[in-house]
Amino acid sequence: MTEPYVVEMRGIRKQFGSLVANDNVDFAVKAGEVHALLGENGAGKSTLMSMLSGVYRPTAGEILIRGRKVNIRSPRDALALGVGMVFQQFRLVQTLTAAENILLGEKTSVWRGASWMRRKMDEISAVAGRFGLGITADRPVWQMSVGEQQRVEIVKVLYRGADIILLDEPTSVLTPGETDQLFETLLKLRAAGKTIILTTHKLREVMAIADRISVMRKGRMLKTLNRLETNERELAQLMVGRAASGIVKPEARAPGKPLLEVEGLTVEAGKGRTAVRGVSFTVREGEIVGIAGVAGNGQSELAEALAGLREWNAGTIRVCGREWKRASVRTAIESGVSHVPENRMRSGLAGSLGIVDNLLLKSYREPERSRFGLLRGRRNREWARSLVERFDIRAAGLDTPVRQLSGGNQQKLLLAREVDRDPMLMIAVHPTQGLDIGATESVHRLLLGLRASGRGVLLISEDLDEVMQLSDRILVMSGGAIVGEMSREDADRERIGLYMAGLRAAPGEAAS
Amino acid sequence: MNGKAAAAGMETGGTEGARRRGLVSGFRFEFDPVSDRVPWWVPIAAVLAALAVCAVFIAANGMSPLAVYGKMLTGAFGTRFGLTETLVKTIPLLLCGVGVSIAYRISFWNIGAEGQFLAGAMAATAVTIYLPDLPAAASLPLMTLAGIAAGGVWGLMTAVPRAYFQVNELITSLMLNYVALLLLDYVVFGPWRDPGGLNFPGSPMFTAAQSLPAFGGTRLHFGLVFALAAVLLYAFLFRRTRWGYELRLIGSNPEAARNAGISLNRQMLLVMLASGGLAGLAGMAEVSGVAHRLMYGISPGYGYTAIIVAWIARLHPLGLVLSAFLFGGLIVGGYSVQTIGLPSATSEMLQGAVLFFVIAGAALGRVRIRRIG
Repeated sequence: MTEPYVVEMRGIRKQFGSLVANDNVDFAVKAGEVHALLGENGAGKSTLMSMLSGVYRPTAGEILIRGRKVNIRSPRDALALGVGMVFQQFRLVQTLTAAENILLGEKTSVWRGASWMRRKMDEISAVAGRFGLGITADRPVWQMSVGEQQRVEIVKVLYRGADIILLDEPTSVLTPGETDQLFETLLKLRAAGKTIILTTHKLREVMAIADRISVMRKGRMLKTLNRLETNERELAQLMVGRAASGIVKPEARAPGKPLLEVEGLTVEAGKGRTAVRGVSFTVREGEIVGIAGVAGNGQSELAEALAGLREWNAGTIRVCGREWKRASVRTAIESGVSHVPENRMRSGLAGSLGIVDNLLLKSYREPERSRFGLLRGRRNREWARSLVERFDIRAAGLDTPVRQLSGGNQQKLLLAREVDRDPMLMIAVHPTQGLDIGATESVHRLLLGLRASGRGVLLISEDLDEVMQLSDRILVMSGGAIVGEMSREDADRERIGLYMAGLRAAPGEAAS
Repeated sequence: MNGKAAAAGMETGGTEGARRRGLVSGFRFEFDPVSDRVPWWVPIAAVLAALAVCAVFIAANGMSPLAVYGKMLTGAFGTRFGLTETLVKTIPLLLCGVGVSIAYRISFWNIGAEGQFLAGAMAATAVTIYLPDLPAAASLPLMTLAGIAAGGVWGLMTAVPRAYFQVNELITSLMLNYVALLLLDYVVFGPWRDPGGLNFPGSPMFTAAQSLPAFGGTRLHFGLVFALAAVLLYAFLFRRTRWGYELRLIGSNPEAARNAGISLNRQMLLVMLASGGLAGLAGMAEVSGVAHRLMYGISPGYGYTAIIVAWIARLHPLGLVLSAFLFGGLIVGGYSVQTIGLPSATSEMLQGAVLFFVIAGAALGRVRIRRIG
């Protein structure tokens, strides 16, 4: 072996139930480099990082740190090996100060008097100062900006003596200015001999900061490249992949009347951030319109506005020719809009309630389901039983808390609810995220079924294969705007990939 | 402090776990990842554990715990008088207990039942003061409505700030208890004091037309019907009705409820109207059925005890009846141990211990011991 690898992961496999998050992954990092782990959401990057930092343990495979085989059983084990992780969701106690957060794990002294604290504060300031990490150590975390909180996390990891630093999607929460600042810090860390591994799905950042780049897709490691020997185009291609084989494309059909007309829609997402910028498009009868794009580019906010969950600031939404005056879930439900939210357990299902109650969620106001303010219990149970059968939902019983169902069955349950209402328009956000192949197929069949019966579907997904396989038209969202539109016939994976990456250049003249 | 300790525990979880694995070879304690159900016998075990712990203190006072518990038992349940007294105490506990349970079902932490109770008691009394000569057929319904309305408004005073300004309901509901208490002191020492009452801080005695009827010469009054009706309605509401379904949905996942087109703010207001209204009804029943006047210290803390009642019942309707009855008995039993020279605080100690063990049981009931290979 010629290369001095500081981290080596060999044949790593990680399984969650039937879902394979990492499949035979080999990954190696050289000492003192900035190594980017690139991939779409759900590609398995975070899982791989979590195994390195002791949050998860691999189902199979081995990990070597500085050439020695190790068994990392906890974050503390990882830290003892000099591996520290900065999580995407910060692990800070909001009410404590930065210094208190940093010192939380400290076990060296029982007595923590003023002089001890003063000494520790000096140590912390020294660490922070050395790498240009501006933090106010005695300020409570809740008063800090997200960028400063992240700096506290980095100082915490450094203070505890890590020299292999993992950052999971570090820029996803930062403003552009804060991102630049972070990159400066990372370069200083590298200059001080630290090894940095960061996960991201943003090509531009990878090209700006990384020495080497490993690309993952669908749980597999594709390739490791030197930054100097690659370009954004190649990376985009790798990241989104080649067309999967054996796709049965539904035959094109003449689209009917417009069901959903969106014009100049702008949505502010709080704190002055504009999530959706002047978006216009139409979904017609018998049509699936796909919106491709990397998560966090306004898709969630767009979907929420269309589901009546979020107020919009400018533009119009018309469903079946009727214009919506303001955000109202009731209006959305009554005008026949179904919604598969992106996180089913967070907002789609009530985990502690049973199947019947969860199926009732959208329809319980209808006279079929309740009368005179009373639920029609027996009738609803029978109806629920028929849906469970029809949609092949596997559960111990109708009253089993849905939290206990597998992800696939939860999603089938949710789709059963939304499809059974015979919606005019279906808004499906990441409908197959985290599902195995079988469940994915049944979700796809349901969406195509809606299309066949002349309904409209708006499919928002990060999975480009899925979008290309199902959609009649494809829109690409980036930075809150629709940056590209193409029909199924013109759909070109490479071009979509570039649009997704926020590079508007046409395929022939891509940035090099 | 708590946050710090908890976070420290979290941070060090890894090594602590490793150490524990080393010590207790092959076993690990962990939270059940799927079910947070607590076995049915845990509350019963909690009551028994509380009795055992309190026995130590009773013994330290030089008394035989068994004799004291026996005395409490016969005092509360053993005689006709004791039993009716226990039921009399059960009424406000049950009404307030159902009230707070409704709020807890949607995770609205109303600890203001005491204030809502007092508001109801004062409003009912106001009817007797300002409309003294109404016949029973008019004054009792009016007092009932006034009690419910005042309790409901007191509840809304917590719900509105929470719904529209995200003000923590724990703080406001607790603080409003003191407001209600001071208001009570003001009226019974001031404007409403009985002129013929020899400076006793209380309103004039109610007339027969202003008093809830009692059963067969006992002190047990019509409020029992209110309380039982409230429990039945509560059970029916959550099992069968559309509104109950909406509340269950909010209780399980507010985000999903929003997705169903339910307005969380509106539901919060309605729930607190009902929750406070029931506590207000309890206050009305207490002045009209038991004390027959408004007076200083009208509630020995029913609104607070009701929180324990609801918690032990785990918000279950039948459980509410049982735990309200148990705590009614504890109050009455507490009176009877005074006759053998123990302070009545013995019963409060027991109440506190029961709550402690129930909460501990609810937390530990989720822990599973797993053998690791």
